Amino acid sequence: MNGAPAVEAIDLVKHFGETRAVDGVSFVVPEGSVLGLLGPNGAGKTTLVRMLTTLSVPTSGTGRVAGFDILRQPTEVRRSLGLTGQAATVDEILTGRENLKLIGSLYGLPKKYVREATERLFARFDLVGAADRMAKTYSGGMRRRLDLAVSLLAAPPILFLDEPTTGLDPQSRSGLWAVLRELVSEGTTLVLTTQYLEEADHLADEIVVVDKGRVIAAGTPTQLKDQAGRASVVVTLTHAADLDRAAELMGSCCPEVHVERGSRRLTAQAGGLGDMTRIAAVFETSGIELDDLGLARPSLDDVFLHLTGHRAEAEDASDPTNQGVAS
Amino acid sequence: MTTVQVTRAPVARPPISPPSLLRASTTIVWRNLLHIRRMPEMLLDVTVQSVMFVLLFAYVFGGAIAAPGADYKEFLLPGIMVQTMVFSSAIVAMGLTNDLQKGFVDRFKSLPVPRSAVLVGRSISSLIHSSIGIAVMALTGLLIGWRVRNGFVDGVLAFALLLLFGFALIWLGIWVGSLMRTVEAVQGFMFTVMFPLTFVANTFVPTESMPAWLRTISEWNPVSAITQACRELWGNGPPAGADAAWPLQNPVGVSIGWSLILTAVFAPLAVSAFRRRSRD
Repeated sequence: MNGAPAVEAIDLVKHFGETRAVDGVSFVVPEGSVLGLLGPNGAGKTTLVRMLTTLSVPTSGTGRVAGFDILRQPTEVRRSLGLTGQAATVDEILTGRENLKLIGSLYGLPKKYVREATERLFARFDLVGAADRMAKTYSGGMRRRLDLAVSLLAAPPILFLDEPTTGLDPQSRSGLWAVLRELVSEGTTLVLTTQYLEEADHLADEIVVVDKGRVIAAGTPTQLKDQAGRASVVVTLTHAADLDRAAELMGSCCPEVHVERGSRRLTAQAGGLGDMTRIAAVFETSGIELDDLGLARPSLDDVFLHLTGHRAEAEDASDPTNQGVAS
Repeated sequence: MTTVQVTRAPVARPPISPPSLLRASTTIVWRNLLHIRRMPEMLLDVTVQSVMFVLLFAYVFGGAIAAPGADYKEFLLPGIMVQTMVFSSAIVAMGLTNDLQKGFVDRFKSLPVPRSAVLVGRSISSLIHSSIGIAVMALTGLLIGWRVRNGFVDGVLAFALLLLFGFALIWLGIWVGSLMRTVEAVQGFMFTVMFPLTFVANTFVPTESMPAWLRTISEWNPVSAITQACRELWGNGPPAGADAAWPLQNPVGVSIGWSLILTAVFAPLAVSAFRRRSRD
């Protein structure tokens, strides 16, 4: 990883009539890293990906992919990227193998390479048995994997994934995550959109939180969690009888101690690891027996709630204005 | 401004040689024909349906229709072939909308390929689709007594006119396909346009019996000129009567003219609608 920018969004704007789907978004994705574009339905994530992959022309602003300008060098941009769209865009009537043959021919790849790469990709994505079946007989997870195989056929250095795991069952989802991590370890740059906080937390080096077409926060998952609120130290006692004394001890070094008697648990606001080690030292000398002591950070769900005032995943069908923008 | 080259491929990249428009279009045609092979029912519209039309008109309505010149079956076949050709624009439109809807066009647009290949490929495969219909129609015709009576050159010329007309109407299909959002909407719209276009004409009945105003509309309908041209070139009927409108007096030239005019009108509309649809 040499940190050169693989993807840059430069003040991208896209209006659909009166709707400002994307309203001035900039970010940089260093080569070999993973950027997660996180936001609810209709936030403008898909539109951003469509502009960066040259599918959609920005109203203003521009971007660079592999150093090529998306407006002035679209062909070079297209040669450098792979795209897996929101709806798996495989051809359902064609077999898995024919789908790769089709795309291979459109890239102008040598036939021999396409044949070999097809075998390799199908083995990797566990599609060998289904290679000669029409894609319409595939399950949702298989379709996604075929879509990904198609996107990887020309071994692009940069891969865009638009909600790659939406609609997948948990098992298929973790399978896809494993594949994506493998690609990153080989040096591929990923830009992925997701409404799943867990997914962004899991895969992304950098997260850009988008809401209503604007960037409302950016940083590493840890930075974002720090931003959302302080961490807290959680102590679980072995004996309930020690609760009052423990609360007093904790209160001496941290504000706002919260006691849960039933679970013998004490929670206190903490600035970070420093507070935790201080509390650990206090208990060490006090002789109070502990079951557990740890630092709890706010989840990305908390982050999103904190940033936008609404939950990320509850938006789906409730807001009709979101529908048109996302597609 | 300097462009930084950062394409450090993670794994060895294969040589990418973006295909020419011709090669890309050929690939699209291959894919579209594969669809037809997998789903032969896609051909029902130009095969079983058209044969039914032939039989229905030839044997159910035919007896009650006084055709000029010889036999009604001779009169009918050119008309029904033109109708089949007109419907190819609906086939194009539905195919294109389907590709736009299902994301195939998006996938295609993310590749280093001339974007017009989708349209060229779609047009060629639709012409092939319709030509299969024309062939089925010709065979059915031969079985029930239709013949090409004016020799090889005129016979081929008539088929060429049909293809030219089909090509012109394909632009209408691309235009409609680019504007509409769902296959169902395309189907509804195209059939609403296609039926009057192919029935208010000389395709199935002579125009002489129509009220004067309707007769004028019918005889200026491009469908009538091309039908008349095929009838004359194949020797399936006499030239139009002296009271027929001017297009029917010069059907071959007018057919070519109509095809060029329709292309000139719809091709720019189609290309700009497709471009606009492709920008978002």
